[in-house]
Formats: sequence, C-alpha cells, structure tokens
Amino acid sequence: MKVLHSWLGEFAGDLLEHDPAVLAEHLSDLGLSVEDMVTLGAAFDGIVVAKVLALRPHPDADRIQLVDVDDGTGNPRQVCCGAFNMQVGDLVPLATDGAVVAGGLKIKRRKLRGEWSEGMLCSAEELELPDSSADGEDPGILILPGAVELGSDVAEALALEHDVLFDLEVNPNRPDAMSVAGVARDLAARLGVPFAILQPEVAEVGEAAEQVTITIEEPDFCRHFTVRTMRDVQVVSSPVWLARRLLALGMRPVNSIVDISNFVMLELGQPSHAFDLDCINRNTLAVRMARDGEQLVTLDGETRTLSAQDGLIVGSQDEPLSLAGVMGGASTEISEATKTALIEAAWWDPMTISRTSRRLGLRSEASARFERGVDPEIAELSLLRFAELAAQVGAASLAPGTVIAKGSEPASLPVRVRVDRVNAMLGTEIAGEKMAGLLEPMGFEVGDSGGEGGELDGASGIASVKQNDGAGDASVIAGDEQGDGADGKKAILSVSIPSWRPDCATEIDIVEEVGRAHGYSRIAKVVPLFDQRGGLSPSQQLRRKTADMLVGMGLSEVMSLPFLAPEDLRDEDRADAIVVTNPLVSEESVMRQSLREGMTKIAAYNQARRIADARLFEIGHVFSAEFPQVFAGQGGAEGQGEAGETAGRGSEGGSLPQESEHLGVLLCGAEAGEAVEAWLKLCHSLGVAGASVRNSEQPGLHPTRSGELLIAGDEGSRKAFSTVEAVSKAVGVIGEAVGVIGEIDPQVLEQLDIPAPVAYFEANLSRVLEAIEHQHAPPYAAPTKFPSSDIDLAFAVSDQLPAGDLKAVLTEAAGECLASIVLFDIFRGKQLGEGMRSLAFRLRFEAPDRTLTDEEVAEARQRCIEAAKTAGASLREG
Amino acid sequence: MTSKQNVSPQQLPSELAEILAAARAAVAEAGTTDALAEVKAELLGRSSRLAALRSAIGSFSADDRPEAGRACNEATSEITALLDARHSELAEAERAALLQTERADLTEVIGDIAAGHSHIITQTRRALEDLFVGMGYAVADGPEIDTEWNNFTALNFPLGHPARDMYDTLYVNWGEPMSTMLRTHTSPVQVRTMTSQPPPIAVVAPGRCFRRDTADATHMPVFHQIEGLLIDRDISLGHLAGTIEAFTTAFFGEGFSSRLRPSYFPFTEPSAEFDIQRPDGSWLELGGCGMVHPSVLEACGIDPEEWTGFAFGFGIDRLAMIRYGVDDLRDLWSGDMRFLRQF
Repeated sequence: MKVLHSWLGEFAGDLLEHDPAVLAEHLSDLGLSVEDMVTLGAAFDGIVVAKVLALRPHPDADRIQLVDVDDGTGNPRQVCCGAFNMQVGDLVPLATDGAVVAGGLKIKRRKLRGEWSEGMLCSAEELELPDSSADGEDPGILILPGAVELGSDVAEALALEHDVLFDLEVNPNRPDAMSVAGVARDLAARLGVPFAILQPEVAEVGEAAEQVTITIEEPDFCRHFTVRTMRDVQVVSSPVWLARRLLALGMRPVNSIVDISNFVMLELGQPSHAFDLDCINRNTLAVRMARDGEQLVTLDGETRTLSAQDGLIVGSQDEPLSLAGVMGGASTEISEATKTALIEAAWWDPMTISRTSRRLGLRSEASARFERGVDPEIAELSLLRFAELAAQVGAASLAPGTVIAKGSEPASLPVRVRVDRVNAMLGTEIAGEKMAGLLEPMGFEVGDSGGEGGELDGASGIASVKQNDGAGDASVIAGDEQGDGADGKKAILSVSIPSWRPDCATEIDIVEEVGRAHGYSRIAKVVPLFDQRGGLSPSQQLRRKTADMLVGMGLSEVMSLPFLAPEDLRDEDRADAIVVTNPLVSEESVMRQSLREGMTKIAAYNQARRIADARLFEIGHVFSAEFPQVFAGQGGAEGQGEAGETAGRGSEGGSLPQESEHLGVLLCGAEAGEAVEAWLKLCHSLGVAGASVRNSEQPGLHPTRSGELLIAGDEGSRKAFSTVEAVSKAVGVIGEAVGVIGEIDPQVLEQLDIPAPVAYFEANLSRVLEAIEHQHAPPYAAPTKFPSSDIDLAFAVSDQLPAGDLKAVLTEAAGECLASIVLFDIFRGKQLGEGMRSLAFRLRFEAPDRTLTDEEVAEARQRCIEAAKTAGASLREG
Repeated sequence: MTSKQNVSPQQLPSELAEILAAARAAVAEAGTTDALAEVKAELLGRSSRLAALRSAIGSFSADDRPEAGRACNEATSEITALLDARHSELAEAERAALLQTERADLTEVIGDIAAGHSHIITQTRRALEDLFVGMGYAVADGPEIDTEWNNFTALNFPLGHPARDMYDTLYVNWGEPMSTMLRTHTSPVQVRTMTSQPPPIAVVAPGRCFRRDTADATHMPVFHQIEGLLIDRDISLGHLAGTIEAFTTAFFGEGFSSRLRPSYFPFTEPSAEFDIQRPDGSWLELGGCGMVHPSVLEACGIDPEEWTGFAFGFGIDRLAMIRYGVDDLRDLWSGDMRFLRQF
C-alpha cells in the first residue's frame, strides 16, 4: 500500500507538520513497515508547458527527430528528441536552457549531429512523475492534459507540490491499512493528533432514482449490497490532480468513472463497481453463487468458466452480470453511451473472493481488499465520496435515494480484556485507563466491564476467565463487582471493536493492539529465567562427532538438493518414490531415496571443473513409501524413530512416508577398500558394535565391487529389520544391514564423464546412531600386566571365501584370550593356483591374570588351523 | 706383545712410559668409533701389555708392589681418559656425518593437502545451537515431510486461510491430496514438541524447509531455518525481546542490538519481525517471532491461561552467507570444492 504525505494530511492535518522520516519510523513501529520512501515534486525551475508545432526527421540520425515547439513566447524553438510518441498539437514539458531535471542532468543549448537543440522534452520519469506506461513499453515524452496553460511552469500546471510517497508493507490482518484513511488513523493515534474521516458535500440532483431491486441469496457471502444511481454520466479523462494521485499510488488512470472508483478505494478502502443501469434488465439484481460450468464474459473480454465456489451478481433473468468482488461483466460495462450508472459498494466474503481471484488469476487492488475484509460500514460514505468527486469533475450527478440490501450481520460483542493479562503478555505495567487511552484513538470504544454478563470473547481464543484455578487475578474479578480492582484501577476493560478491524475479535487481539500502540520498542527487554539445562542429546552429539570424524579424514561436507528427476530413478525404485504433486519443474519432482544420485552429480560437477580428487560426505534425509511411519492420535507415541530426536507426531493420527537420515561418503579416484577403511574407522571411533561389511551386489554400485554395511544391531532391531537377510550362517555371525558400500557403477561414471574408480558408501545414520544408544558398552578392562604372545598364520584361500568370513572363523576359534587379529598380508601367485590367494593374519593372545603358556598358545593356534580348514582355508606351511 | 715379561721395579716407569706413548699413537690413529673399540681392547684388554705388566707386579717385593700398582693404575686411567676423549670426538663426528645423510627437505609436499571442510550451513547451525544450548534450550528435530495439520492447521492456519498463500507449498503423493507436504517452515516442530511433552518447554529446532521456488542468488527451493520455542509460566513479549537481544549480542557481537516491529503470523499474537542493528546504525531484517497464539496452545493441549510462551524463527542460510561473505545462495548447494575448501 502506498500513501502520500499530503493525502494523509487530509485526514489528520497535523501530520503535515511532522518530518516524513519521523513518520516513517512511527509507521514501521506500528507494523506498517516502510519499504521505500520517495520525495516527489522537487523544484523544477525552467520546465515549461510547450506545444508541438511540427515534427521533422533529423537529416543525419534515425533515432532522433526534430521537434518545433512553442514555449508560449510565440517563437518556435527547435529541439532534438529521441522519442516519437507525440503528435502535432500535443502539450509537452520543455526543459529550457539551464534547467535541471530529475537525476541532476543540466539542460544546455547544444548541437546534436549538426542540429541545434534548444532544450529537452521530458518524460514522466524526468519530472519524478509515476510512469503510466505498461511494463516494458517505452514511456516516451509525457503528454500533458489539455487543460494546462501554454508557457506556464510545469510544476505549477501539474500542481506538483512537494510530497513524500511512503510504500508500506501491510500485513494480511490489517484491511484497514489498505486505505489512506486507515493509515492516517493509526498514525494520528500514535502521535496523539486529531483524526477525522471526511464528510462529502454533494447535492442530490433531480427526481428520485428509479426503483432498483436487489436480492441477496447468499447472506454469508454478501453482508450488504449498497447502490446509488448516478445520472448525466460523462466518460471523460480525469483532471491532472486526480490522475496524479492514482499514478503515485500505482494505478493507471483510465477514465473519470473508473478513476474515481479507484480513488475512493485507495482513500477509504471500499472498492466499488459501476454498472450501466440501462443494461440491467428491469433494474433487478441478485447475488448468488455460480453454478459449475456457468460462463461470464468479463470486462477484459475473456469468457470465464465459473464454479460453485464463485460469487456472482445476476440480472432479472438469472443471467450472470458480474463476478462479485473480482471483475465486472462486459454486458453492463460503462461506455461512452452510458447515461445512467448504478454504483455498487458491497461486502464480500474474504475467503470466497480469495479463492475465485486465485483460481482465475484475477488479482486486483479490489480483490486484495475484499480478501482482507472491507469495512462493512464504509459503503454509504464511499458512494457519497464517489458522487462528490464525480460532481466535482463533471462526470455524473447523484440521484436521490440509496438502496441497501442486507445479508447476514454478525453481532459484534465487546471483548472483555483483563488489564493484568495484557500486562502479563506484554511484560508491561500499563494502567487500565492508560490502555483505554491507547485504544480509543484507533477507534476502539472502551468501557468498564462487569464481572459477568454476555460480554464474552466472540471467538475461540479465551472464552472466559477462570475463577477458581489459582490464576492470580481470579480474586479481582470474582463475583458481580464492577471491573474496578481494590486499588480503584480498571481491572477489566470492555472493548468494542470498530467495524474496520475484523482482525480483532478476542482478548489476545487487544493485547497486540495495546502493545502496538504503546510501542514494542518501549517494552523492557528481559532474559527469562527457566528451570532447564540445555544440551544436545546423545544422538545429536554422535551426529556431530560423525561429521567431525569425516572432516578429520579429509572429507568435505556437501549439501545436494533432495529433489530428483523421475529418470534419475531405477524402474524398481519408482513404485516406492515419494513424488511432489505440484513441482515447479519435472527435474525436481521426486524425493530422493538415497544420497548417491545427488553426490554423484556433485562429483561430476567438480570433475567438469578439473577437480578429480573430491572426497565428499553428506548427511541428509531420504524418503520412501516403502515402510510408512504410522503414528497414533494426538500426542501419541513416536513412530519408528527414524529421524533421530524426532519430536512426537502430534496430529490427529495418520501416517507419514518413511524418512530417515542417511550418511553418504564418496571418494573420487579411490577404490572400494578406502570406503571400507573409512566406514570401519568411523564405526570404531563412534563405538558401533560389530561393524563390518559383507560382499553382495548392490544396485547403482559396481556389480562385483560392492557390498553391505553391517553392525551388530540389537535384539529388537533384528526383529524390526527381519526383512533384511542379516544372518551369515556360514560363520554364525549375526549382523544388521545398515547400508551399502563399494564403488559407483562404472556405467554411471561413464555417463557422467567421471573417471573410475569412485568409492562410495551410504549408511542409514539414524539407525546407526540409534543402535549405539541402545547397545550395552562392554565394561572397562584394565590393560593386562602380563606379556602377550603373537602368532602369524597364513592360509591359502579361494576367492570364493571372503577374508571377513575367515577372520570371523579365526576369531571364534581363537577363544577368549585373543586380544587382536589383523590381516597383514595378501598375495596372489602362480604357486597358489588360479582363483586363490594367501591371507596372513597376526593374532595376539593375552590374559588378564597370567602369562599364557606356550602350550595354551599352541592349542589356540591348532584350533584356528582346524577351524580354517573346515571353512576351506588350508595353512600354508613354512 | 709377549705374555710374560721380566720387568724389574726399576724398569717399570720406562715400560709404562712406552705403553702410554704407544697408546697415544694408537688412539690418535683410530678413525672410527669401531676402530677405537679395537684399540681399547688392545690397550686395556686381557692380552694388553698393561695387563701383562700388572701380572708381573705380582712378583715384586711387598715393598715395591704398592708403588708399582699405583703407577699401573695411573697409566690405566690415563689411557681410559685418552680413549673416552677420542670416543667423544669420533662419536660426535660420526653423528654429524649421519645427520647429513639423513637430511630431509620438508618442503617436498607431495600432492594436495586433502583437508576436510565442514559446510558453512553446518558451521552456522552449530554456532546457533551452541548459543541456545548455553541459554538453556534443548535441540529438537522433526521430519521434513509432515502433515498439513502440523504445518498449518495446528498453527492456526485453518483450511482456506489466506495466510497459507504466504507459503508456496510443495505437496507429496501421500494420503489425501494436499494432506502431506514438504514442511514450509520449522514451526511444525513446535506442534510436535508441545503435543509430546508437558510444559515447561525450551527448545530450538534447526532444520530444512521447502518452498515452490526457482533457484536464484537469493532463493532456493530448499532452505534452513532455526525455530525457538519457550513455554513457561508468566512468559511475556518483554522476555521475547530480551531473548532476541541476548542472541543478537552473543551471535553478532557487542555493538549489535535488536528491535521488534509489529507483524502478523497466524500462530503468534502479538507477532513481530525482528531486526538487527549493526554498529554503523544500519538494519538487517532477520526473522519473525511472537507470543504463541492461545489457539495454538489449545490445539496442542496446553492451557493458555496457565502457560504462555514465545516462538521465533529465522533463516540459517542467510546468516551463513553474511557470516562468510557469500553472495549467491546457489553456491551453498553446488558442492564445488573450490567453494567448500575455503571454510
């Protein structure tokens, strides 16, 4: 919403005495945030009204023409001009020698391509006037209205008084501030200066208007429909002063009737619509909802197909005439032939207008006001103001008689406001009388409230005051006493809401009004003390540690967009994909099920910039429809606990897609082994029990260089994840699969121009962190004081037997005195045969209470050899 | 040297002088510590002349023996001193020579220093979490896909409420049409927290939010917010202002201050925007805040007469950009190593 300083002054004259910068501060502090402030009408000396006498081509330039103008002295002057929008006879602004136009350009007599230019013709912008041209169109030279005097000073001719334009950001709850009057009222209240709504002075002319019949079939949609008849309609162009105000506030002048309607809307906040009365059959109108599929040709010539949710004004034959509150119809449009106009000002249901204007893409200054809620009591005044301006401009005369059709009129009861409550909410100590003094200038009426009676809050907020529930103020308001407390101060205010403040309906709304009027900036800032020690939960700490570990390993954290294109997904994943139903672009229409696609794209991005050694990790949510997270009713139990410290699913029950936090690690130029090392290091550092990997083919990864990530898991989780084949029968080790590991599929790399190999793993981090929290850490064991013994065992092992399995077998066989087991050498050679390799392990034995005897170690060694043999690995002798 | 000599007490001094002279020559001649060790064995070992001389002293008269023994001991000490001195000399030289062979050029750094870097959104998020943890808040998370009820209805945006238009919401194919969405703000975590634990409540909820937006220098369809919620007895707008001010000085530093300006959000009333004033007097619009609306408390099963509270929220991404001088939001999402490794 834009307002002019001068226009505000018409409602509160004292505002003109205040520095605009100070007013801007107050406006912002009132919640009418000043986005921009522009000074208009700076002194333009030496710019005069001139008349175009002749237009001639420049002999030596295509883009400029020669214009002969009369500046009022009778002597033609030649001016070079780059615009071509004027015609002979037009009045235009001429900046004469020595004048300075907007932007500081000083005009001098000079030659342009060999032709003298004695001054410059000005555009609207060069006069700091609003540009009325359509977007993108070259506005050209400002053509002045015919009423100005040749040779006169332009500023004088256009009544360009010094003014300031405030561009305000008005919140959706403040329909009243969508008018100059409303802004003036708030500002006057803040500054303690008088405010008065205007009183139009307009004479009714001629006989009483013809009878108009209006039926409201939808009383909730239309609270009232108020009309006045205007005769002797002349559709002319508006006078400069009126057009200029419209332009300043961002509206293009059209003709006197439209312009006056817009002017009144800007001024008082009431949009109005003019019908050609002669086009209304039998002077009969009705308001109803449209029928699905019903059609109406609107003012812009478009045929609109309507729905049952659109409000409609229809004629005597039930034929649609106008889309209520959104756009008029073509059939009753005001034209040059119009003699009599019916001016309508109504109240339309905000939600309905919002839906219709949005659905049809017809958002206008009028619909913006109806959507917020127009003052239901401003219509008659607005129509009088319309008539006053119309008479003043010579556009029409007002016929006697007003017709008001009424819809529903919700009762507006005063709101009970507890002074203590207001102060408690704001952190202030404002006496009741003072509060009344803050509210009344904004139009609220404040009286004392009795302790009981019908003056309850209208809406759901605070329905009544509790009297027996320990609230500190209960005693003050108990019983039938008046609202005055023992100290004689008002304890309860009865606040009547002005018609232009539909946002105020409950006590809390008044709390905000008191705060706003008092000034948020005047409320003392106090840091609250409360009885809670802050901190991160164990899993939040572990998540941080995870990231820190990876950074320590030389990895950099990335964030990739969680949206994918449908073609990024493999066919078998599409069924489980969570799809955005209203995506902006199809490339961002599917929610990721893994981090791999996004991270691989980042690798490709870097590769394309010749950065081949990116080592990356990402922690982010992934989504799937596979295992929905069902949750109970309000405040119910948590779901599967997939997302860490997820707060309870407070809702009316239902389910959400599966969502878990994943960790992805991608190492360009590295083989799978590096990913395994990173995974195991991470797990050891975090204290994950039983972390390991298992070979298996994984989609999206190198088919023969991929596997699963395993952790020990816990009893409960093993059940929950029983869909995963997690038992390795060969070695009797139970693990829970929590992710995949390996190298990115070479085919994928080739498509993205990334050289192989790229090592990768992705783990369900939520699950890993949860497992850590639930696992029982083994008790501390002091380092033994007795020496340890090492044995080395090398086995010839088929490639079919995973080293991890053999290691597990040896671990199992070695017994409880095994302190550590490390695979320290691998080699292949002819002597071992095709498909075989040698795996050498070093086992260290120790006991807490004794030095192990050679016999004990030898026995353990023998057990290991036997077990390995059973598993298919033979000891390499020598 | 012969094993047994017939040395008279009178001959002893000259004999010792001879031994010493030979020792001096031999010690001086030894060029390495290894050679010196051999010389030492020759001079002081069992088969040395000195050893032979000692055994000869045994045949001296009791009168002569003390004097002879003393003379031998002196000679032994002198040779030992000679050997030790030479050993130090040689060891020093050898160590110096060894060090020369071990010389390393520490500037020979092969390859790139592949240090890891934490993302600036993570760094900023942690700084904010730590700050509020220090003020007594816990940290809460919530899902990024949430119900329409948690995101809007419970927050006092009934269906069809025009304020829903302030958010360009992305919906997903789950449940009834438009019942499940990518959360537009972190405020659903307020609802989740209030419906799952009784007051008092003090949490901050950092997290990822979504909007139907085209990426440009200042907009992304995905962004991060942090939300704060305090519910307790007798909490006021003044407490909110105090908390924002404390955050401002803690995060931005001394010389920065804050102000609240009236605004509108359906889930708070009174509502405010909060701005940060820089030491140079200029303002930065940071976020929205307000007193939790009684209807929201009621929807979450909390008695608004007994409990009051405030909520605030602001963008993490923009703070990260300001903190690190980044001017294009898209850089945060590119994964460009040249961007990442600067922080």
